[in-house]
Amino acid sequence: MGIQFRTETFRDDFTFRNSPEHIRRFPFPFHEDSYMYAVNIEPHVPGPKGSVLENLIDVDEHYVSEMADRALVLAEDPLRCQSLPHMTLAGWDLLELLMTEQAKGYPEHFTLTRDGDNWHWINRPLGIDQKFVFGDLSTLPYGPMEYITRQSQGDFCILDQRDGNLWMDAGIVTTQADWSLDFDIGMNFFEWHAPVPLAHEKGVFTRALKFLLNIQQGQPARRLNWTMTINPRLDTSPENFHKWGPDRTTVTPENVGQKVHLRVELQSFWRLPRSNAMVFPIRCYLIKMDELATSKKWARRLHRVLRDLPEELATYKGLTRYRPTVVEWLAKHDDGAPTSSGFGPD
Amino acid sequence: MPIEPTIKSRPVYGTLSPQPGTDHLFIADAEGAEAILDLAKSAPPGFFDAAEIVFIPRASGDGYLAALHALKPARFYEGPSIGAALPRLKQTFATAHMGLRLYLSGTEGLIGQAMQAALDAGIDHSSIQTEHRGSLARRVQCVHCKGVTEDVTTQPVTCSHCGLLLLVRDHYSRRLAAFQGVCINAEDQSEKVPVEEVFR
Repeated sequence: MGIQFRTETFRDDFTFRNSPEHIRRFPFPFHEDSYMYAVNIEPHVPGPKGSVLENLIDVDEHYVSEMADRALVLAEDPLRCQSLPHMTLAGWDLLELLMTEQAKGYPEHFTLTRDGDNWHWINRPLGIDQKFVFGDLSTLPYGPMEYITRQSQGDFCILDQRDGNLWMDAGIVTTQADWSLDFDIGMNFFEWHAPVPLAHEKGVFTRALKFLLNIQQGQPARRLNWTMTINPRLDTSPENFHKWGPDRTTVTPENVGQKVHLRVELQSFWRLPRSNAMVFPIRCYLIKMDELATSKKWARRLHRVLRDLPEELATYKGLTRYRPTVVEWLAKHDDGAPTSSGFGPD
Repeated sequence: MPIEPTIKSRPVYGTLSPQPGTDHLFIADAEGAEAILDLAKSAPPGFFDAAEIVFIPRASGDGYLAALHALKPARFYEGPSIGAALPRLKQTFATAHMGLRLYLSGTEGLIGQAMQAALDAGIDHSSIQTEHRGSLARRVQCVHCKGVTEDVTTQPVTCSHCGLLLLVRDHYSRRLAAFQGVCINAEDQSEKVPVEEVFR
């Protein structure tokens, strides 16, 4: 039995929602009742069956609709997908990684057959059957990075490693939490993180970079990051901020449950074999407050995290305008009981 | 007024000093001329014999021209804007040999655009010196429409292309030679935001 892919939207009428099984597997990002930046990086190894970590590249019920949304974003704004000229080899590396992992994790949906450089890729959910020559650009309809990331959930940044730093030299970014690939492409690790408050002073990026530079092939790492989004909108880009920003004024005590979403990024970091570049998939998971509150522990804990979040972080994450309304709504789900440690729902 | 380092993407500038070699190219606008004249005070004899000066006077008019000519550079170009000078600069960079030393001084817009053209041509970062002089006006790229507004002195600023009211951030792209502008009242565009002259 394969995944039942939902037909839903992340714009206009916003029909996105999670099935009960997907609510239970949501990657809730808070292991305690408060939050501050930390270098929370751990080995990206397979997790429990049924969790988002069961496979290292997760495919879920939103796959088909997310890919349709990505195609809409790219049609409107091709600058969301860019690759500097020296990054083509890394693109092939990424294509290999994603095809291999998706075929391994979901054989009922994806099949990859390799005969030397002659590859045959079958993507059943999207109805794609592609024979091509690995390394030969003329045999695919897009560059290798764009080709495979139009078929893979999450944003992808490919980082070149040189001069003891990582450089954002290629990527496809259509489901981002308010940062611009077009502006940041070509920047090094410290530069593209420059606008993040508090973390530089804590030495977070220096330590994180040191860790990332040493990641070896076959030993990926991961971390979770989070923000909140009004309406289940994947494309919360700065490019379109003037279009989605007004959503933040529409939150009322009556609609918090349906309108306000916790947005979690599962970020993973992989060394690529031929190019020695790193790929940094940023996979976005959304959950409505109504869905989240089906776990008493999650609602209780999110209430405490949001209520006590430092003002700088709330501002940076764009929560200022609606935080009080959400905290008030969540307070009704917080009976003051202690929460158990760890991320799980109960 | 020196530029304070704020965030890690925001460029910082140094002080021009004479570098070894014979092949020197100076690119400056307005008060940037003063950085060249200050460097000349400590330059060895004959330093400018093979040098080229590309100068954009802007509001300084002919205030620095006589002093710059008195340095007797091998070539002197005076132009109306950095934009007008870029085609010839690109050709110079494309045909430059390894020993070229580049000195950029003046406004951030000039330094950024000359730097961008030099790096695009493969000139090594370590052979480029920069010194900020004069106006703090910024080159700002609107993240929404991608148009660049030149000589921005106010916070916020109206995008000269799409008309959105932009917060001028310190976030800077060397590739675009521009600061990032993001709609400041995106959540509620009826909100009035006071406009202040801050980048003088």
